[in-house]
Amino acid sequence: MVTVSDYAGLKPAWCPGCGNFGILEALNRALIEMEIEPHQVLLVSGIGQAGKLPHYTRGNVFNSLHGRPVPPAIGAKIANSELIVIAVSGDGDAYGEGGNHFLHAARRNNDITYLVHDNQVYGLTKGQASPTSDVGFITKTTPYGAASPVNPIALAIVSGASFVARGFAGDVDHLSNLIKKGITHRGFALIDILQPCVSFNHKNTFQWYQERVYKLKDERYDLSDKRAALEKALIWGEEIPIGIIYEENLPVYEDQLPALSEGSLVKQKIDPRRVEKLFSEFM
Amino acid sequence: MPIDFNFMVGGEAGQGVQSVGFLLAKVFARGGYHVFADQDYESRVRGGHNFFRVRVSDGKVDAIAEDVDILIALNMDSIELHQPNLVKQGIIIFDGEKIKGVSGDNGNLFSIPLEKMAEKAGDKLMINTVALGAALSMVNYDLNILNAVLVDRFGKGEIGDMNIVAAKAGYDYVQSEHKGKFRKINPLSEDKRMLLTGNEAISLGAIAAGCKFMAAYPMTPASSIMEYMAAKSKGLDLVMVHAEDEIAAINMSIGAAYAGVRAMTATSGSGLCLMVEGIGLAGITETPVVIIDGQRPGPAVGLPTRTEQGDLQFVLHAHHGDFPRAVLAPATIEDAFWVTVNAFNWAEKYQLPVIVLTDHHLASSYATVDRLDLSQVTIDRGMLFSEKEDEPLEYMRHRVTKSGISPRAFPGLGKALVVTDCDEHDEEGHLTEDAGERTAQVQKRLRKLIPLEKEIGTPEKYGPKRAETTLIGWGSTYGAIHEAVDILRREDASVNMLHLNELWPFPAKAVADAVSKARNSYVIENNATGQLARLIKAETGYAVSGRILKYDGRPFTPADIAQAVRKEGG
Repeated sequence: MVTVSDYAGLKPAWCPGCGNFGILEALNRALIEMEIEPHQVLLVSGIGQAGKLPHYTRGNVFNSLHGRPVPPAIGAKIANSELIVIAVSGDGDAYGEGGNHFLHAARRNNDITYLVHDNQVYGLTKGQASPTSDVGFITKTTPYGAASPVNPIALAIVSGASFVARGFAGDVDHLSNLIKKGITHRGFALIDILQPCVSFNHKNTFQWYQERVYKLKDERYDLSDKRAALEKALIWGEEIPIGIIYEENLPVYEDQLPALSEGSLVKQKIDPRRVEKLFSEFM
Repeated sequence: MPIDFNFMVGGEAGQGVQSVGFLLAKVFARGGYHVFADQDYESRVRGGHNFFRVRVSDGKVDAIAEDVDILIALNMDSIELHQPNLVKQGIIIFDGEKIKGVSGDNGNLFSIPLEKMAEKAGDKLMINTVALGAALSMVNYDLNILNAVLVDRFGKGEIGDMNIVAAKAGYDYVQSEHKGKFRKINPLSEDKRMLLTGNEAISLGAIAAGCKFMAAYPMTPASSIMEYMAAKSKGLDLVMVHAEDEIAAINMSIGAAYAGVRAMTATSGSGLCLMVEGIGLAGITETPVVIIDGQRPGPAVGLPTRTEQGDLQFVLHAHHGDFPRAVLAPATIEDAFWVTVNAFNWAEKYQLPVIVLTDHHLASSYATVDRLDLSQVTIDRGMLFSEKEDEPLEYMRHRVTKSGISPRAFPGLGKALVVTDCDEHDEEGHLTEDAGERTAQVQKRLRKLIPLEKEIGTPEKYGPKRAETTLIGWGSTYGAIHEAVDILRREDASVNMLHLNELWPFPAKAVADAVSKARNSYVIENNATGQLARLIKAETGYAVSGRILKYDGRPFTPADIAQAVRKEGG
């Protein structure tokens, strides 16, 4: 049986009250409830406060460069298709520095789960505007207010992601369930997670989110209806929907790779003679 | 008398220059000849001026020649630009009905109604095939070999048949209309060699070495590696991902390598600029990755379809901070296979990035290579962690060891947790800012250079052991320098060659020895500043006495080098 102690990592260096604690707890709970052992998981993170998360739980960890958790996660998943690969980013990591990778991983529908801690501000570098900062958000680098934000949910949907959800770090039960569904889903699963930053975002506070979020499960619509999903994706302000916004079974990138039909690449033996059959075309 | 015969095909992009050139190379390779062929083309899909040179010899050749014996001119530019290279009794094959107003020595010009004959054979697109038949007829080559090659290329159906008819038409026309001035070139033997480009040799080397993952973004001259690997990814345990950009390409490759498969990427200089962060990521996470840099003239986009050796100093230093890496540079097309195999072994043994420097010239030129002996390919995956011998829960990815090499485990294959970080980390792989752990990890990584240095072979020497002049080169200039030494020695010059295909860690002792013993030492480099000369100075303290440099985007010929050495007074 997998227990809480299996996922006891290093002591977090986050600020007290940080939304990251809720996300860490939700992830651990999801893995424990799914009976997944740490060695079956690969956590690939970038740089930012979110990027530290893998160190505070247990599993295989590849803590990558800023903006780059997605490409190594894709490479590792193709190399060992049996690994449960979860990429972890913050909003700057995912939608700023890593924006191109985000679009193309969604388009290819790579079979990874992507947790994006979205607190609408840069934490690690101390309080600059992020790609998701609300319009007009004033920081040291945006003295005249931030430009309009990206909409990660809508972007993921139109880019071809097959599972798009929004969670809230303040609702661990709900978030944990979303993470379980994201892990179970085959294809690119984005979970954008609203999270307060107690040190640098005094606008989008815990209370601010708490007053606005509502769970989509109360509503009824076809999750594979892209137009309906996009309508939900555009809701932001007085009300913010959380839950699965779009889900569809779409062709998975790894499924169209003939080499993977023989099992995990990493388990197949190296044999130099495999090249010999190619020689005849050069004679 | 030895055979050393040169064909050239010239025309616009879209006229089939590459196709005729390749087929010429192939028919002589099939006939047992050594072939070296290079392509000169512009960065455009139609128009402009392109040419393809095919050198045929009964001895080994690794360079192009400037002389042309037979020129197939598909446009006026080809005649005007290349007539000066024609040997005295050389022939220009052209279609006088299409190319009007050609002037020059009539003895050299031979007009054939190429288009008319192609049309008669079934399609005027086959102008190049008619010309091919005509060119081979000039040397009375065996038409059956050409027919077999055409069938391989175009298939046994209608298109193959039409091409055979077209080639025969050209062949017969020359037999009846042209009183042959050339000696007959007979097929030599049935002993077939492989005809490979540098990029094909690299691809085969990677596959032989067990590379299972490649991610790349198209860029001349590296694209044909990704295309080849993609084409072969069915039927082999191999995946090629066309990434969204070079940054993704190298990071995907690093992710795959971390997960335990041999992985590579390939690009050119300005693509490598985007990959630089990945070089350091591989460095600090100690992840083996092979990076092919097909150099072309820079900076920035430079000359996209031309050649240069301008990335040496860049790849030696690319990224910030101190960490080990290896830099290799294949000398010939055959060497590209073996260097690639070696790159994968070193990457895994020493857990670091290995950069293979080729260039447009090597990447896109063709050469005949003796059938590659796969029994000589060794696979060395370096130190691996064994859960049978050691407790997996105590596994530490970056354990500090005497050699600096920490045994690798792969995520998900056992109970050991494989933790690594692009931040400085402790032995387990978790991020740390501890001064002692930082120092220990930096030292551990750099210690890997000690055994790696011992792997570096002695640079190849050619010519007399002692000579007044030593020509020093690296990478793809090998063939041209080698032949220049022969040319100069025939003129009684005292000259030899020192050539490096392993550049980092730098073989300082061997190079210092050569430079200090020669009265004159010249570097021969396809770049503007003599990047190897600077490396020699930095690593040995010796300054070379001269630099023979070419940075017009074109490869050296042996004659270029011989002439430059004469000018220097060597």
